[in-house]
Amino acid sequence: MPDLLLELFSEEIPARMQAQAAEALRKLVTDALVERGLLYEGAKAFVTPRRLVLAVHGLPGRQSDTREEKKGPRVGAPDGAIQGFLKSAGLASIDQASIQSDPKKGDFYVAVVERPGRPTPEVIAEIVPQIVRSFPWPKSMRWGSGSLRWVRPLHSILCTFGTEVEDPEVIGFEIDGIVSSDITYGHRFLAPAPIKVRRLEDYLAKLEAAKVVVDRDRRKDIILADAKDLALVHGLDLVEDEALLEEVAGLVEWPVVLIGAFEEDFLSIPDEVIRATIRANQKCFVLKDPKTGRLANRFILISNIAARDGGAQIIAGNGRVIRARLSDAKFFWDTDRKGTLEGRLGKFDSVTFHEKLGSQGARITRIARLAQEIAPQVGADPALAARAARVAKADLLTEVVGEFPELQGLMGRYYAQGEGLPAEIAAASEDHYKPQGPSDRVPAAPVSIAVALADKIDTLVGFWVIDEKPTGSKDPYALRRAALGVIRIVLDNNLRLPLLPLLVSATRPILGEAHYASHPHDVFQVGALADKVVSDLLQGLARRILKLTPGADVPVVERTEGQTLSGDVARDLLAFFAERLKVHMRERGARHDLVDAVFGLENQDDLLLIVRRVEALQRFLETEDGKTLLAGYRRAVNILRIEEKKDGERYEGPADARFLVEPAEERLAAMIETVKPQVVEAVAREDYAAAMAALAHLRAPVDTFFEAVTVNASEPQLRINRLKLLDEIRASTRAIADFDRIEG
Amino acid sequence: MIDPALPSHMRPDRSFQGLLLALQRFWADQGCVVLQPYDMEVGAGTFHPATTLRALGPKHWRAAYVQPSRRPKDGRYGENPNRLQHYYQFQVILKPSPDDLQDLYLRSLAAIGIDTALHDVRFVEDDWESPTLGAWGLGWECWCDGMEVSQFTYFQQVAGFECAPVSGELTYGLERLAMYVQGVENVYDLNFNGREGAEKTTYGDVFLQAEKEYSRHNFEHADTDMLFEQFRMAEAACAKYLAAGEAGARHLMAQPAYDQCIKASHVFNLLDARGVISVTERQSYILRVRELAKGCGAAWLKTEAGGATA
Repeated sequence: MPDLLLELFSEEIPARMQAQAAEALRKLVTDALVERGLLYEGAKAFVTPRRLVLAVHGLPGRQSDTREEKKGPRVGAPDGAIQGFLKSAGLASIDQASIQSDPKKGDFYVAVVERPGRPTPEVIAEIVPQIVRSFPWPKSMRWGSGSLRWVRPLHSILCTFGTEVEDPEVIGFEIDGIVSSDITYGHRFLAPAPIKVRRLEDYLAKLEAAKVVVDRDRRKDIILADAKDLALVHGLDLVEDEALLEEVAGLVEWPVVLIGAFEEDFLSIPDEVIRATIRANQKCFVLKDPKTGRLANRFILISNIAARDGGAQIIAGNGRVIRARLSDAKFFWDTDRKGTLEGRLGKFDSVTFHEKLGSQGARITRIARLAQEIAPQVGADPALAARAARVAKADLLTEVVGEFPELQGLMGRYYAQGEGLPAEIAAASEDHYKPQGPSDRVPAAPVSIAVALADKIDTLVGFWVIDEKPTGSKDPYALRRAALGVIRIVLDNNLRLPLLPLLVSATRPILGEAHYASHPHDVFQVGALADKVVSDLLQGLARRILKLTPGADVPVVERTEGQTLSGDVARDLLAFFAERLKVHMRERGARHDLVDAVFGLENQDDLLLIVRRVEALQRFLETEDGKTLLAGYRRAVNILRIEEKKDGERYEGPADARFLVEPAEERLAAMIETVKPQVVEAVAREDYAAAMAALAHLRAPVDTFFEAVTVNASEPQLRINRLKLLDEIRASTRAIADFDRIEG
Repeated sequence: MIDPALPSHMRPDRSFQGLLLALQRFWADQGCVVLQPYDMEVGAGTFHPATTLRALGPKHWRAAYVQPSRRPKDGRYGENPNRLQHYYQFQVILKPSPDDLQDLYLRSLAAIGIDTALHDVRFVEDDWESPTLGAWGLGWECWCDGMEVSQFTYFQQVAGFECAPVSGELTYGLERLAMYVQGVENVYDLNFNGREGAEKTTYGDVFLQAEKEYSRHNFEHADTDMLFEQFRMAEAACAKYLAAGEAGARHLMAQPAYDQCIKASHVFNLLDARGVISVTERQSYILRVRELAKGCGAAWLKTEAGGATA
């Protein structure tokens, strides 16, 4: 069966877009083929800086013919209906239709529409231009006088179709003046001449001869293997870097790995700074000396040409740029160490954190205060935590971090160590940003924990106050990550830390609530509020909790009962934590409905307890006792719901002992009386296993109750009393979770 | 390949001015009008009306010129071997961008002595955007052995208007290129006139004193009250000239108005270097300049050179 070979040859495609583009091309073309009834055996896409390539293997030579019967109107139907039918079936007159008889509907017309399959090349000639014109580049452009958009100017299109044994044909089409052909071009510098191609096999071979490695994975393999070999020759280890490898494989068609050196003096700069400098600016790899475990004064560069002089000039040129960059880095490193971290803090007052959230200075003050408040709860020294929080951000003002933002935190640790600050402070500088991603370390030292929590909570609260919450896929301030960070720090360290008071406390300084707490009259007049309250933002928030009394000259407002700005924000944020906790627990195999069931109770803000409760509940529901009790609970609640609705009344226990007549209901009432305090008591000492065990005692009496007792007794007193008893079942589970939210 | 007929003091790998002349010669051969620098202070060659304004409208255009560029913030008191607050850009604009623009660019490198059989020339993604000009384009920074030597852009939008046809813009950092081909590590050591011995004039002879003086000016002494006032004046004048030039379907004073936009932009750069513009204000200044640029672009499109029909 024939194969398709398609190559889109252009000016240099940005490295970061290449892999995705190759995959998009494969998917778009093969989907379009399948949609048109052209099934294939296999497809593979390739990409280099200058070409997107797709090979589709084992296509039919043409589409199969199709035959479709179209049912028409009755014989003798009005002319309009007949004409419509002729048009839709593509018939010239009704004689071309046949007549079929149906015992119920009578005689009606049927047209047979036969569509002969088209030759595959014809279909491809239609598909490819459409795909090229609407290709999903993240950013595309026009060039010259044309209107076609591509990632960079598109120069030629190769498109052949045929079997191994025949000479493949060129599938002819034209896109904005570019006519398809069987011609491609070799390496820009090493073999730029046109090359005539038949199909994938000779395409790959001829391009290889013309110094183009078409397969990106092969280029990566070559780079990695050669880089490791070259390192080995020099007695060094390559510092592997997958992201950098990906990028450089997208910058070359003919990778040539070379090694260069820089002055040993530069090794006085921290390894991470050297690596960041060489990686970011030059896209070169660094090497480690296995004897010292530190970086060596060498770098590996990937050239796109095999130079006439063996690469001597290329190495010299790259070395020169690297030296200049390292000189800058060394200058930054030396400059930074002339000052102290704490000496920089004053400048934060004039650095804006966010235009609605004030300066970095104000933010740091808040974080320090919050860290101090958290400290005793996590076993840290409050004064040390506050100081660590102030120092933690100071490296943002250093030259090195200004140049390489990804080194924030790490540089703080270096500088703190250099200044001889307490080790806890140095550690907190680096660790308070953690955990950044799922594989990142979670801080475990008490001071680091306090600062990390304070930092994340302040961020969350701040953006919550200005209503910049994450929506859908948009989370520009990484608030989901911050919330997850809090969750992981709390859980991994087994911290008992009720969140709500912390959130309220963190919100207050942002809202400036302290101000009008001491000037209570201000909040009762909107006019005064406008003057006193610093921003529109606060007014907006105030409107949410203040009731306006219309009609008065000076609008009079009063505070909504029980509401405060900070409480409002904190509760909303707590719901966000619940969402993130749910996601987090689900990823670890917990049932999301159980998380909901526990959050369904009031005032659940202790993450660790919530998790323990969910775990105990999940274990309980896996037992026979648990399953049966849940079934009994549901039956009880269903009956209650129906009867309460019917009566328009809500029944609440306890049941009246005088009206307990059946032994089964007596036993149940007695058991509830025993179990309820046990559950409450077990929950109070946070022993959820014991709480579940106590609850399990209800199982047998509930079962028997439903077997032996009719709830809807004819005597109203008995009925109402039994409904109250059912409510007791509901109430006793409430100490553990909202069982209504349990699924399955 | 460097023209072998050149006397040694004119060789682009021996003389800074030789490099510049070689590029002018090369692009003159491609049909460019070789212009002289614009007679105003600008931050980059793109600001020259021969690029900004000529990139707009349907008319074809090919130009090349050297543009002294001022970046007040980049001053280093003459102490940094690579950074200058005043340097030269060589600017080429071809409208519409020809199909062989990359090839032309590589041939221009060959003309100044960069042999692609020995040097690793690369096109590395770099999307260009000028927030003050309301302009953006896609292209690359061109690397020679790991050093950025040029900027290569296909203009998509200028002054907020779509470019059709699209212009191809090449910007060569002349000092960097010269340092590379001359093999010097310090910009001030560049041989300017290609002579040797007592006759030799270096880049430092020409510019070192100026770098020191202007660094003092840009960072310490530039009169900020005056500059704030100049910004306001330029902004107001630009709006005034734009209004005065309105003549129905045509505009009669697009270029004088655009001069005021250039002025405002440079004054803003000076204020920025003096550190008297806060982060929030910075954005609003940029937007104000962009508004001027947009007005000038719209006016230009109503002129003959901007393609308006009578």
